[in-house]
Amino acid sequence: MATNPVPSAPLEAPRAAAKTNRIGLQVLDYRGGKTTLCAGCGHNAISERIIDAFYEMGVQPERVMKLSGIGCSSKSPAYFMSRSHSFNSVHGRMPSVATGALLGNHTMKALAVSGDGDSASIGIGQFVHLMRRNVPMIYIIEDNGVYGLTKGQFSATADIGSKLKTGVINDLPPIDTCTLAIQLGATFVGRSFSGDKKQLLAMLKAAIAHNGTVLLDVISPCVTFNDHEGSTKSYKYMQEHDEAIDEVGFVPFFQEIDVEYDPGTTINVEMHDGSQMRLRKLHEDFDPTDRVASIAAQLHAHANNEVLTGVFYINTQQPSFTEMLNLVDEPLGTLPDDRVRPGRAVLEEMMQRLM
Amino acid sequence: MATEDVALAASAEQGILSKPDTHQQSPRSTIVNDFSIQIATVNGSGSQSANSVLLRSIFRMGIPVSGKNLFPSNIAGLPTWYTIRASKDGYVARKKEIDILIAMNAETSKEDMLSLPVGAAAIYEESADLKQFRNDVACYPVPFDKLTADVCPEAKLRKLVKNMIYVGVAAQLLQMDMQAVEAALRKQFAKKVKAADLNWAAVQAGYEYAAANFTKNDPFQLQPMNATEGKIIIDGNAAAALGCIFAGCTVVMWYPITPSSSLVENFIDLAKRYRIGPDGKATFAIVQAEDELAAIGAVLGAGWSGARSMTATSGPGISLMAEFAGLGYYAELPGVIFDVQRTGPSTGMPTRNQQGALLSVAYLSHGDTKHVMLIPGSVRECYEMAMDAFDLAEQLQTPIFVMSDLDLGMNNWMSEPFTYPEKPLNRGKVLSAEDLTRLGGFARYKDVDGDGIGYRTLPGTDHPLAAYFTRGSGHNEKALYTERPDDYVNNMERLSRKFDTARTLVPQAEIVQTGKSKIGLIAFGTSDFATRESRDQLLKEFNLDTDYLRIRAFPFSREIHEFVASHDRVYVIEQNRDAQMLSLLKLDLEAKDIVRLRSIRHFNGLPIDARSITDDLVTQEGI
Ligand SMILES: Cc1ncc(C[n+]2csc(CCOP(=O)(O)OP(=O)(O)O)c2C)c(N)n1
Ligand code: SF4
Ligand SMILES: [Mg+2]
Repeated sequence: MATNPVPSAPLEAPRAAAKTNRIGLQVLDYRGGKTTLCAGCGHNAISERIIDAFYEMGVQPERVMKLSGIGCSSKSPAYFMSRSHSFNSVHGRMPSVATGALLGNHTMKALAVSGDGDSASIGIGQFVHLMRRNVPMIYIIEDNGVYGLTKGQFSATADIGSKLKTGVINDLPPIDTCTLAIQLGATFVGRSFSGDKKQLLAMLKAAIAHNGTVLLDVISPCVTFNDHEGSTKSYKYMQEHDEAIDEVGFVPFFQEIDVEYDPGTTINVEMHDGSQMRLRKLHEDFDPTDRVASIAAQLHAHANNEVLTGVFYINTQQPSFTEMLNLVDEPLGTLPDDRVRPGRAVLEEMMQRLM
Repeated sequence: MATEDVALAASAEQGILSKPDTHQQSPRSTIVNDFSIQIATVNGSGSQSANSVLLRSIFRMGIPVSGKNLFPSNIAGLPTWYTIRASKDGYVARKKEIDILIAMNAETSKEDMLSLPVGAAAIYEESADLKQFRNDVACYPVPFDKLTADVCPEAKLRKLVKNMIYVGVAAQLLQMDMQAVEAALRKQFAKKVKAADLNWAAVQAGYEYAAANFTKNDPFQLQPMNATEGKIIIDGNAAAALGCIFAGCTVVMWYPITPSSSLVENFIDLAKRYRIGPDGKATFAIVQAEDELAAIGAVLGAGWSGARSMTATSGPGISLMAEFAGLGYYAELPGVIFDVQRTGPSTGMPTRNQQGALLSVAYLSHGDTKHVMLIPGSVRECYEMAMDAFDLAEQLQTPIFVMSDLDLGMNNWMSEPFTYPEKPLNRGKVLSAEDLTRLGGFARYKDVDGDGIGYRTLPGTDHPLAAYFTRGSGHNEKALYTERPDDYVNNMERLSRKFDTARTLVPQAEIVQTGKSKIGLIAFGTSDFATRESRDQLLKEFNLDTDYLRIRAFPFSREIHEFVASHDRVYVIEQNRDAQMLSLLKLDLEAKDIVRLRSIRHFNGLPIDARSITDDLVTQEGI
């Protein structure tokens, strides 16, 4: 990927048999602490796919920073990639922390993990502003329709008619974070399902290759509070209603392209780092570079009780927020004194002017 | 006092408004370089340039001068007052009595006139006929509209140019040096030569009208002095912005709010001028946030990733920042927050001065949280403490609050020129990849040096042992998750030690001690100017000697304890209702010393003045 420096040699020489990626690291090097989430929680599966994606893409873990808000989902960065700095911030306001962290060091790859409560309820203000700035980061919403950590109240992504275990029925319309993100300016938007290993992995790898805001809404069932009959965010409901809009294929820049594709049915997207994302259309007339069509497809799917997944929107031309700020190449945070403190003459000139 | 009368009918000063000025002299004896001028205008009438020219002309005559803008929360239409004080003795606090009124606001002119002390002077629009209200005030009626029309053919510009007429009238009456006036005016308009010519013509028209029509009937006069040579004029926000530039601040995220906005706006101007390389690339990032929640979030995020970051706000923004401020304390994140204080709450009287956020900032957030506050008492300290704040934030790994206020931040003050920082930036305890190799790893929250401050690494450090997991509390020395009671207590006690270290690193108090007095005064921030003047009044008028200590930071350094302990009675002078600084002192002092504390408070929205302090203290002392 573009922001990846020349890899440093791993400290311990890999054992002969162990499989390594293109920078010589094992999948172990991408692991985190032991999860404390419930067994079967969708969030754990997403952590696994994140590990796979970063391992397979050969991203140096030290070049990644993980950011999260508050919730079961937001705890999960502790359970993958321990060699990356991580910041578990406050509820709903990780976007600002991430923005600041990236301004301090815009050479880093940022991976943000949030929940549906964290992003669509308390954090909707910061969420929409992050999207409109196109801050270069991967933003994953682990979406279970409830507040897991506070024991199962509805969140703002819960569908109308969805039922809690207690029998309470949600009668307010959901916020569709993908539609919002497309409308506001995110440049890579899609939805997946924690149970769909193949699709999620391909989307995560493509996300790593993208420079701009990637919003991935990943349906991630909460087995403890929202996986029962009547829930629209359960494993069963997803198996029955998951409707892929496209089939996501991904060829990283460091792999030779040996598979041909049919331009009639497949859209080939050249990513920032030279990788290729291939979207084979499963819906007629779908065009992931057309925002209006993308949003229309979402609205139709809602009307049909389908949960649309796949890559909905991609724009590789739009400059990212840090590019628009026209920053120097090096991280701002560690510039030497003489580059951030003007010389004596500047102060003297200022003083003269004020006399 | 026009302003107090009109704007603050419900204030604490009620009832003493019309107190006669005991220092008034007979009109025949002159009062040189020691009086105040109040210009009453309407917000949005463009009087700032004229007021600034007047102020700077006096400055150019070598006379110590200060100016204060008292303005409403409004863009155009409401009354606003600008006061200029010339003081040969160098007093720059607000003077309670108005000596010369320039009444440009028909709506308030009667009240403005009525509130003048005996023997004052008034310049006003002829048709207002203010003389009918007072026969004990020197009256100078001016046909402003006619004079303006004569010099300014373009009707559109007359509203602005009209203000320059009063500059000319005042210049003539006060016998000002017209060369100084012209120089100040031309500097004000800089490269806009046509505008300068037009305005200068208006000044001259006012001058000539006064010369031809008035017989001077008041004692006030300006005479050249030599007291401003080599000095600068700047407002506190511009000074703080300059400090941020020289502190190497790289990340700013902010949300506009009076009276703090101009701090960031000044920073933007300076950064564009001095911090863009020849290739057009910037060594800074400035982002206008969606709100203050985001502003402080980004500041802490940037501090975490290694940047010198800041935001500027006022009370309402501080309130929104509460949760993050606590996270900053516990997760030990550097960041600088300027709180340019104003009256609370969000609606009502937001553009008036107060030192009203001390308690809320000192303990901002929940849990056992306390914050370091730096309290500048001059524009020079706005500059210096801005630099200190960034050093301290990284040294102490905690948010640092710089507690300025509207009076300091938005008004013009004279100052010695600022000096260039001699010390390199202090970036605190940060481990590099080489350090990690040498040490074989690190424990983020371990008190290695006994000062309560751990070592940190920055994201991007190229070493497999560099990373750690940042969360609020609930971590052990190695930054691993824990809810063990002993780990929690250990961490909290280390944070306390760190706060004790802060006591030794923050700017120490300034002490003026005669050694003869049993009475101590404590003030801070913009209460300093009036306190100094009040000390002189107490000595001159009541033969009362006082010692003085100016607090410059929280947590309190040791000498503050010693000062209180060594005086029988210590008056804490502050601009808020609830004696907030006194409350903080009470929490810090020993019981035997707490009883020595007395309180003098001023909280009507106007900057504190010396007379109010003197009167209050004399009453409490029973003199
Ligand atoms: C300001 C604030 N309010 C409330 C909470 C309590 N709280 C913790 S997690 C959470 C909801 C998390 O829901 P979500 O983001 O969907 O995460 P999940 O646990 O479902 O993964 C709430 C309300 C908090 N931590 N902070
Ligand atoms: S409560 Fe729900 S969201 Fe939280 S860990 Fe358990 S299954 Fe996952
Ligand atoms: Mg949730």
